[in-house]
Amino acid sequence: MESNMNAPLSPEQRKTKTRSNPFHREANVTGWLFVSPMALGFLVLLLGPLLLAFYMSLTDWPLLGEPTFVGLDNYKAIFQDEEFWTVVGNTFTFAAGLVPMNIVLALGLALLLARKLPGIGIFRTAIFVPVMTSLIVWAIVWKYLFATDTGFINQILQLFGITGPAWLYNPQLAMPVVIVTSVLKNVGLNMVLFIAALQQVPVHLYEAARIDGAGRARQFFQITVPMISPTIFLTTLLTIIGSLKVFGQIYVMTQGGPGDSTKVLVYYIWEKAFKNFEFGYASALAFVLFFIIFVFTLLQWQYRKRWVFHEE
Amino acid sequence: MKNKSPGKIIGIGMNYFVLTVVSVVMLVPFLWMLSTSLKEPSKIFVFPPELIPSPLRLENYTEVLSNTPFHLFYWNSLYIAILVTIGTVLFASIAGYAFARIPFKGRNLVFLLLLSTMMIPNEVTSIPMFLFMRFLGFINTHVPLIVLPIFGAGGIFGVFVMRQFFLGIPKELEEAAMIDGCSRWRIYWSIMLPLAKPAIATLTIFTFLTSWNDFYDPLIFLNDRELMTLPLALSLFTDEAGTAWHHLMSASVMATLPLLIVFFFAQKQFIEGVSMTGMKD
Repeated sequence: MESNMNAPLSPEQRKTKTRSNPFHREANVTGWLFVSPMALGFLVLLLGPLLLAFYMSLTDWPLLGEPTFVGLDNYKAIFQDEEFWTVVGNTFTFAAGLVPMNIVLALGLALLLARKLPGIGIFRTAIFVPVMTSLIVWAIVWKYLFATDTGFINQILQLFGITGPAWLYNPQLAMPVVIVTSVLKNVGLNMVLFIAALQQVPVHLYEAARIDGAGRARQFFQITVPMISPTIFLTTLLTIIGSLKVFGQIYVMTQGGPGDSTKVLVYYIWEKAFKNFEFGYASALAFVLFFIIFVFTLLQWQYRKRWVFHEE
Repeated sequence: MKNKSPGKIIGIGMNYFVLTVVSVVMLVPFLWMLSTSLKEPSKIFVFPPELIPSPLRLENYTEVLSNTPFHLFYWNSLYIAILVTIGTVLFASIAGYAFARIPFKGRNLVFLLLLSTMMIPNEVTSIPMFLFMRFLGFINTHVPLIVLPIFGAGGIFGVFVMRQFFLGIPKELEEAAMIDGCSRWRIYWSIMLPLAKPAIATLTIFTFLTSWNDFYDPLIFLNDRELMTLPLALSLFTDEAGTAWHHLMSASVMATLPLLIVFFFAQKQFIEGVSMTGMKD
């Protein structure tokens, strides 16, 4: 099997091989033919709308009637829009609350579940099941559990003689409740990714460390964390981006309220576009969201080089 | 490993304790949903809460089925998810194969373009898409809900999964087939696709789940109750005056149960699939 045929070709050989290979001539046609449905869909359903969205963001575009070009007016208006700043603040609050909680909990659970103990599959499943559930069902049930007088949480508190607060009608509490329920919904996904990463850390590293007398904590910070840092990077990035786009649970649990206390950026975009039909303004808002996500992706990408140890 | 020290046993005990607490918190919503779905309306808010209702009120289920077009919500969700899944797997695997194995001109550029769009939030393009679909007369139809996911972010994700998988298949297999005079299409269809079963299974479950649970697109594109999918229909239940929790919960059970049953049987495959696709790239 290990014959000369598998030996790497010199540059000249490769050139002549490419030129003389009939499969490379047909490759161009077939290759494009194969990717054409996706490429066409991409042009019509993603790139086209993206360009149109940018144009719309420069116009006053009502539901009915003619759009008028207004240049950067929408963007200027956004920065003077007090509600916008509240909404951006809420979005960041949501992300800042959710991301660390999600990553730490997911990693902690993964550490417990990566070992091969009897019955571990049941726990993995229990924690993963919410990931499978419709976000809407999840949000509806939790809204109910957090109901003011009659909700399960407050009934439990009542057993201890505590009168529970009006969780979702309290501007201070509504956001934390949404954050916690969102963490519980999706923590299983990151957990599974961490389990997979943990299982790929070579066991001999731990053995060597133990011989050198390293304790549990040192093993964790000097072996586990560096070895799984690509996964930590990936999950953190995806979780941040996901949390900046939070919508469904807000729509079901609070409708942005009480007041504006849980109104997040996507909810605001949806409201402007599909409730008020201010498509131009909503498009500009959407581009602001795009920009924020873009910045986070770049930041993460730059940062990655410093703390991700090995990359494939 | 056989002689465990007392410290180790306590450690393992703590593990189980923590895991049990977390799992219970995770399962409370489901138990509560199930329990409430079987309660009489007057018993829902009884204090202290009963976990196992007596009497069991199965009418909650039949009432939902007879008072709302629930079978339609079900059917809408089901057939949309099936079409989206078939379309995604088909187009994504064809494109994924080409990106992995056919060295055509412009391949890297096109792939990079697709990659870059993963970052575009759905909300940016959904506004012009709404107007575009309105222009084509597809508002309040299922067309956008089927076409957009196949060629949108979900489809592109599928291309990555499939490409990654095909990259891992030995080239020798294909080369042998080519020497025998196989066309690219036949190589894809008869050799590569059957080999890609694990990747296809993962992508299938993923896509089906995403479509079944999608909320934002149906919210934007649908108005008529009869056309709604399960998540959207359920969210409307809560708006109705004085929410009928017993009905809402039995509807939620009916919307969730099939997926949980499938998951129960496919969990190993699925969790492996999640970690597989999450680890790639």
